[in-house]
Amino acid sequence: MNARRLLIATGLIVIVALVIAVLPAMAQGGTDCPTCPVSFNTPSILDPNSFAATETVTLFYVVLGIAASIFVLVEALLIISVLRFRNRPASEAIQIHGNTKLEIMWTAIPALILAVLLGFTLRSMANIRAPVSGDAIKVKVTGHQWWWEFNYPDLKITTANQLVVPIGKKIDVELTTVDVQHGFWVPQLFGKMDAVAGHTNHMNFSVNNIGEYGGQCTQMCGEEHAQMRFSVVTVSAADFQKWATDQQQPAPAPAGDAATRGQKTVIEKCAACHTIGGTTAVGKVGPNLTHVASRDFIAGGILKRTDDNLKLWIQNPQAVKVGAKMPNLGLDSQAINDVVAYLGTLK
Amino acid sequence: MAVAAQPLPSHQEKGGLLSWITTVDHKKIGLLYLYTTFFFFLVGGTEALIVRTQLAWSNLKIVSPDLYNQIFTMHGTTMIFLVVVPIFAGFGNYFLPLMIGARDMAFPKLNMLSYWLAFFGGVTLNLSFFLGGAPNAGWTSYAPLSTTAYSSGTGIDFWILGLLMIGTSSTLGAINFIVTTLTMRCPGMKLTEAPMFVWSMMITSLMVLFSTPMITVALIVLLLDRNFGTQFFSVPGGGDPLLWQNLFWFYSHPAVYIMVLPAMGIVSEVLPVFSRKPLFGHAFIAWSSVFIAVLGFAVWAHHMFQVGSPLSVDTFFSAASMVIAVPTGIKIFNWIGTLWGGAIRLTSAMLFALGFIGMFVIGGLSGVMLAVVPVNWQVHDTYFVVAHLHYVLFGGSVFGFFAGFYYWYPKVIGRKMNETLGKIHFWIQVVGFNLTFFGMHIVGLLGMPRRIYTYASGQGWDTYNFISTIGAFIIALGVLLFVINWFMSMKSGEAAGDNPWGGATLEWATSSPPPPHNFDKIPTVHGLNPLWEGDPHLK
Repeated sequence: MNARRLLIATGLIVIVALVIAVLPAMAQGGTDCPTCPVSFNTPSILDPNSFAATETVTLFYVVLGIAASIFVLVEALLIISVLRFRNRPASEAIQIHGNTKLEIMWTAIPALILAVLLGFTLRSMANIRAPVSGDAIKVKVTGHQWWWEFNYPDLKITTANQLVVPIGKKIDVELTTVDVQHGFWVPQLFGKMDAVAGHTNHMNFSVNNIGEYGGQCTQMCGEEHAQMRFSVVTVSAADFQKWATDQQQPAPAPAGDAATRGQKTVIEKCAACHTIGGTTAVGKVGPNLTHVASRDFIAGGILKRTDDNLKLWIQNPQAVKVGAKMPNLGLDSQAINDVVAYLGTLK
Repeated sequence: MAVAAQPLPSHQEKGGLLSWITTVDHKKIGLLYLYTTFFFFLVGGTEALIVRTQLAWSNLKIVSPDLYNQIFTMHGTTMIFLVVVPIFAGFGNYFLPLMIGARDMAFPKLNMLSYWLAFFGGVTLNLSFFLGGAPNAGWTSYAPLSTTAYSSGTGIDFWILGLLMIGTSSTLGAINFIVTTLTMRCPGMKLTEAPMFVWSMMITSLMVLFSTPMITVALIVLLLDRNFGTQFFSVPGGGDPLLWQNLFWFYSHPAVYIMVLPAMGIVSEVLPVFSRKPLFGHAFIAWSSVFIAVLGFAVWAHHMFQVGSPLSVDTFFSAASMVIAVPTGIKIFNWIGTLWGGAIRLTSAMLFALGFIGMFVIGGLSGVMLAVVPVNWQVHDTYFVVAHLHYVLFGGSVFGFFAGFYYWYPKVIGRKMNETLGKIHFWIQVVGFNLTFFGMHIVGLLGMPRRIYTYASGQGWDTYNFISTIGAFIIALGVLLFVINWFMSMKSGEAAGDNPWGGATLEWATSSPPPPHNFDKIPTVHGLNPLWEGDPHLK
């Protein structure tokens, strides 16, 4: 068989397959997609904005440095030994069976390096997971298939998708789930902790810089695991005070015909799953909508909260997020417009 | 001492399909394993290509979310349980008896049962695609997602049944390997002087024996929860989903060493032959395998650092996971010591053995990084872990498989594979593999979680994914070339003879392929490397 011809033939087959495979990617790249999931700035662990994330990244660079050095050493030895001793006459191969002193050395030295690494590890673990003392804001984070619920028990606020916190303050998180296991993670702020059924997990963090930090569920939780996103929004202490006060108000009475009709429809059709404070809608299955217009995202943190997106979502949730627990409510376009008008007043 | 040779019973080699279906011959069973597991490798590889096509860019809609979840679940389950675990049982079946100078395994009929259980386990698992949907909760199938409350179809049940069969196959095979190695070595072969592949298979089999029952229990309990109303993993009934994770990982962590130790055994066979000097530090390498096997049972909760355990628990598992790096490091250095001062021949088998070392070092180092708990809290369940696991399982075990395949093919077929194609295969594999998986370390650090069917644009993940997809197709090219080489060489490969490489172990002391009874006369040995002792010309 002619190796070169074979290589060219199979290479061509694979290249054709690859081109077919990436055509969708190429076709899509660069086009604007208003209903595609929102993006946050790259949620990189190498961009720490909290004490925990900074402590972790420092430790990461330490262990990366150790690993990189060992990598260079070992790969160099491997390559050098192959290059130096290849294609020699058989008689020149040294017939040795080992060298006990050397072997003990390359057992002991790695063990020592690892012991030091373990020391750094334990110290960081204690620092990062130190229990909260003193002044902290308590937040109960609850995972649902496929959205995040945030409840501030002391402030009597329940919201979803965006976790608003004041800069520099310790946030004392109690984490659980109502269904399957979820993973709570904001790379720029803290390492992940799972929300485990039947357990309440505790963690805490404080943010150093004002900004919005993207997060995502990290534990495989079913069909729309990929679309269970959220963000942490860090504001000044004064802005947080204002936000909290606004969130503590019940929903305002609707103004205008559309909003009034919309409220009626919402109470009829949505109250089974959603809460709107100050009305008879007290459903707990879906996100609390009392101040939905104060949030930037809907549908589990994936769509920008524009009127168009809201209409799309309400008209057919399954088309936006197949498998979502929100059913198709069978509303006509007039009713949907009214609902969107009402929701827009829930700031 | 000479004894009058007993005349061997006359043996008619049966041909045809029936002989393959009814065989109890370890060599035929070994080949059945190899063909079956390689077929599943192609199935799992196709699943990987579908995954990579879907992830090539942000917001693609090549497959639906549920189908994607089925495909990545089956990719992981297939590669682990239908490929890497049984593929070394294939090599072990064919070569362990030969390497210890025996005529077959201790329990040939049990051997046959092991194979057919594995075969039907694989079939059962894959039938799920056609009978209501494949399992879709990941190869780890965590509760409560895998309970009927959240997975009401039959996919998970197929998963359970398929794995129960495969686990049983594994356990029975392990018993066979252990008893064969302990009781059927030829005269003069001390256990501590058995070839390193034999030693690795025995240690692996001991791990299988002690770990597999745990996942058998986990699977049966999940089956009970799903179909017979028990609530072991369901909170409303007083159960705890964490119980699943502990049972599962108690097996699945040793499983990863079960998957890599035989490959390391192969590397320990191939390196000395193609360096023309003995394995450096045979005793240290042998004991390091024992250490890894024992310690492998003490690290399982390093897969669970983020479930909210007390820090004392995390500390123990972090320390144990770091300790296990030490015996692995010993092997790497001893292998380099084997190369040093040798007369190295860069055959295809040797290239893959060297590739194993090069890639496994990277996987081992990322493993140490994962043992650092705060780092783990950040990179767990991200593509950093996907990178790590593929460096050790593909760069490690699969490269080890290819090394063993090129090395032993002449013994099985009587012809060598084409060396030029083999070298091209190696370089394409190395390039494709690293293109696919190296960038995953980075995109994990940039926040990309695992098991997501798509991701948002504008987060800096697209290009890395695109490159990974290209790499995956390059891997496919390499595998395609390998398969072509395999089948063409069966007809037109260069005739091999008994010992084409100058090997030191007993499988090279009989014809290629061996006769049904393996050896006309059971050999007597006097130490390590029997074919090299006293005959430098054979090196």
